[in-house]
Amino acid sequence: MSNTNKPPLVQGYEVVIGFETHAQLATQSKIFSRAPTAFGAEPNTQACAVDLALPGTLPVMNRGAVEHAIRLGLALGSHIAEQSVFARKNYFYPDLPKGYQISQFEIPVVQGGEVSFFLGDEKKTVRLVRAHLEEDAGKSLHEDFIGQSGIDLNRAGTPLLEIVTEPDMRSSAEAVAYAKELHKTVTWIGICDGNMQEGSFRCDANVSVRKPGAPLGTRREIKNLNSFKFMQQAIDYEIRWQIEEIEDGRAIQQATVLFDPDTGETRAMRTKEDAADYRYFPDPDLPPLVIARSWVEQVKAGMPELPRQMAERLVQTYGLPEYDATTLTQSPAMAAYFETAAKASGQAKMASNWIMGEVSRRLNNEDTDISCAPVPADYLAAMLNKIADGTISNNAAKIVFDSLWEGRRGAFGVANADLTQAAIAIHEIIESKGLKQMNDSGALEAIIDEVMAANAPMVEQFRAGKDKAFNALVGLVMKASKGKANPQQANDLLRQKLQ
Amino acid sequence: MSAQELHQMGVAELAAAIADKKTSSVEAAQHLLARARQHAGLGAYLAFNEDLTLAQAKAADGRVAAGERGPLLGVPLAHKDIFVTQGFPTTAGSKILEGYQSPFDATVVAHLAQAGAVTLGKLNCDEFAMGSGNDNSAYAPVHNPWDTARVPGGSSGGSAAAVAARLVPAATGTDTGGSIRQPASFTGITGIKPTYGRCSRYGMVAFASSLDQAGPMARSAADCATLLTAMAGPDIDRDSTSLDHPAEDYTRLLGAPRDGATAAQPLKGLRIGLPNEFFGEGCAPDVIAAVRAALSEYEKLGATLVDISLPRTELSIPVYYVIAPAEASSNLSRFDGVKFGHRAAQYDDLTDMYKKSRSEGFGPEAQRRIMIGTYVLSHGYYDAYYLKAQQIRRLIAQDFQQAFTQCDVIAGPVAPTVAWKIGEKSDDPVANYLADIYTLSTSLAGLPGMSVPAGFGAANMPVGLQLVGNYFKEGELLQTAHAFQQATDWHLKTPEGF
Amino acid sequence: MSLTLSDIGRIANLARLELSGPQSERMLSQLNGFFDIVEQMNAVDTTGVEPLAHPTAVIDHVSLRLRPDVASEPNNREANQKSAPAVERGLFLVPKVIE
Repeated sequence: MSNTNKPPLVQGYEVVIGFETHAQLATQSKIFSRAPTAFGAEPNTQACAVDLALPGTLPVMNRGAVEHAIRLGLALGSHIAEQSVFARKNYFYPDLPKGYQISQFEIPVVQGGEVSFFLGDEKKTVRLVRAHLEEDAGKSLHEDFIGQSGIDLNRAGTPLLEIVTEPDMRSSAEAVAYAKELHKTVTWIGICDGNMQEGSFRCDANVSVRKPGAPLGTRREIKNLNSFKFMQQAIDYEIRWQIEEIEDGRAIQQATVLFDPDTGETRAMRTKEDAADYRYFPDPDLPPLVIARSWVEQVKAGMPELPRQMAERLVQTYGLPEYDATTLTQSPAMAAYFETAAKASGQAKMASNWIMGEVSRRLNNEDTDISCAPVPADYLAAMLNKIADGTISNNAAKIVFDSLWEGRRGAFGVANADLTQAAIAIHEIIESKGLKQMNDSGALEAIIDEVMAANAPMVEQFRAGKDKAFNALVGLVMKASKGKANPQQANDLLRQKLQ
Repeated sequence: MSAQELHQMGVAELAAAIADKKTSSVEAAQHLLARARQHAGLGAYLAFNEDLTLAQAKAADGRVAAGERGPLLGVPLAHKDIFVTQGFPTTAGSKILEGYQSPFDATVVAHLAQAGAVTLGKLNCDEFAMGSGNDNSAYAPVHNPWDTARVPGGSSGGSAAAVAARLVPAATGTDTGGSIRQPASFTGITGIKPTYGRCSRYGMVAFASSLDQAGPMARSAADCATLLTAMAGPDIDRDSTSLDHPAEDYTRLLGAPRDGATAAQPLKGLRIGLPNEFFGEGCAPDVIAAVRAALSEYEKLGATLVDISLPRTELSIPVYYVIAPAEASSNLSRFDGVKFGHRAAQYDDLTDMYKKSRSEGFGPEAQRRIMIGTYVLSHGYYDAYYLKAQQIRRLIAQDFQQAFTQCDVIAGPVAPTVAWKIGEKSDDPVANYLADIYTLSTSLAGLPGMSVPAGFGAANMPVGLQLVGNYFKEGELLQTAHAFQQATDWHLKTPEGF
Repeated sequence: MSLTLSDIGRIANLARLELSGPQSERMLSQLNGFFDIVEQMNAVDTTGVEPLAHPTAVIDHVSLRLRPDVASEPNNREANQKSAPAVERGLFLVPKVIE
């Protein structure tokens, strides 16, 4: 654990959180059958004989699922087992066609590793225990069947990686930040579509509380947290609930709970009978999974630059603060947008400020993604150049950017215009809106003289040592110049004249 | 060609007669279907689909008319009801699968169909292939054609009885702990279980995944070789335990003298190992006598007999009866009344539906093995039972590798006695388990083994000689058995009244 | 060691089997009879012995075969559900699942 500061306490209790995340792997076919994995098909139309466990059927492993596991292991610095074993987890449930789930028990394919992220400006690292391959179950539909449930096995056999952490998290905020970082990683390396509504990325949080220094408390597992918002709410509620129980002198019972978004509360699930005894044993239908070093190397060669590596590179190449680098590597698209703008303008920090500020604000308002930004990166670059060379002030730039944004709405998807084209467009806006900064000192001096004449008392106050008056005078000058005056220049000239 | 001749013919003769248009596949199929009904009392068959059978026969005759010849083209066969088949119900001898219709054919069934074989019907067996007397079938016990008061052996009892009674020239069987070899021995026919993984398990209703293996049962080693050639081979797409080892022609060595041997002594140089553990007081004298006689016949053929030891033979019983039920308890969990198979008519809730459906659907032996298997895998017992058994299993397999440094083939009895009377052991599961002592170790090691008719023992019941080879030595095993059948006529004996 | 009736009850529940009183008694004696044989295994020293899960692994390294990630199974729902006890609108019906 790299939690450098003291962990935050809640009513004098330390919170301890561990995560189990089920990431559905973005493969074409199921993990042990050749049925498709697409979401939302008619019930049981994507459940083949193998998925239905019809008598005589046998599992045959999907190479793509293994490759995805290797990618995750490489992304998180884990050990990728040269040999791992599939085991049967035996229990009866209608959505489990074979009466057992093929999973990995004693020897998982991905071992160890860690996930690092920023919580505010503090760097956190959560250690992974393991990530193992297993098959998803089907779905039970409880609606519209009186006293009965309908079983849809389309999802049965969809490949999953179950990613398990150490109990390293100490607050709901840290837990959510971890989940977001993991979500970013699996989507970034393309092993999971990350669609939480469709259940492609499902988190279970193990939550317990204890007095600092005390042994770990009894944990309760919150199942299937399918949005970051609910995740935070559910964990916060659970923490409060557990502390109240303990404060009221009741011991916490280990349990699996569900979060109800409507009430904002967690409630204990009906415990699956004999969950205690899964009778794991190596699946005799599947020999050991052997992964050659050469295969791992091959996958490594095909891996994209990872968010953390890219962030470090942005710090070195563009001299950005770590915070900026991390923010800009939220998605490959945003990072690319930044790099284009920074390269084209040579104004890396300014580009970073604009993307984290003006651009992100607009994207959030419109609840859209940077890949859909109406203003291509080189338009931003061209505009930054105009600020840098003093053609327009920062304030004027915001006006320019607004009209770019509005003017090009719906024009996204258009291949990025080249820089000169962008420069021309921006030049036109500046001209048409008359936003050009006044850099001719003669005209400015005239304005200053007028302002000084019209405000003699203020001038006197300044000369009498009232510095405040100076700023007021600058303000008046800028106003008189209708904001076109270069603030720096106005400052300098006014000072000279006041000597 | 007379009907009498038709059912007396083995696979080779029938295939030739069909190819030479002396008879047709349709004629043969019709005659054998009628004969099967005539002898329904044996309980060998569980299902027919006459229309489908005759359609297949017609298609085969079409291929013959088009000038095609094949060692199985047009030959009627029957399948143990463990193999799933389109068009015929598949029950695995269990009530829980009554009337089950598979949407696909087992790979082995498909391979034989491609070779032009015609499916006559589905053959009775012990429920989920669990048994050694075929008295665990949920439908009817199978009777031994040599003495209908006796068991035909199990679990492939229907296959054995049908072949012995000349109801069909050959049949498929499955062997998990002796289920091909022991019924072959009890009914005086020839059967071979190949190396584990040689035949695809896809479409075999699973009993014990690490042991189940398909194989042919016929009247001669030569016919077994013909069937196995079609049945075996890698099934890359469907079975992860199917060995990636090219298919071979198992008839290639038949009749050929061993390297350096002569026509007079075709087996010169063959070292036959006799495990002293197979010839102890546990084995009935009449069985030993028949086996010894067969072995001296082998000496005449040029083979030399060497004494070897398989020291853990007795341990193979607990080891097998821990591993097989453990895997079975898990394999049979899919029979829950949800996707297919029996569902109880009355139940209170989901759990009750599971329990009633399974308790009504599974017979006593299946329930017993599910209980044993569930127990040995359950929390706190896994290491002491399942893991321990898998460790001893390796020692047993290593014993065989040690033995094969001293010999080429291992020989001994298949079972300690001849076929017993129906009902004699049905109330004593452990007694049944003990009777498997000579076949279990071969299965645990995954080695090829076969049973060859070697004469008769007590009550004039057939006795089989077991031959065990090293991995992938099916060809040599069949050559060894064939040489014996060239010199003897035990395999030609037909039970009275058939 | 020897099993008790409560063991039989626990195992039967795990295995989703329903045994009547007499059936349980019978099962108990039969299983105990069987486990007497099983006890022989304890006498064998297996320290350091690798369990043998796949028979041919004794002579040759066995490893899992991997198939290309291609979806090629067509929708075969009708045939697949032909032997289903209860189906409605393509769904398998079961007594209500309570979570």
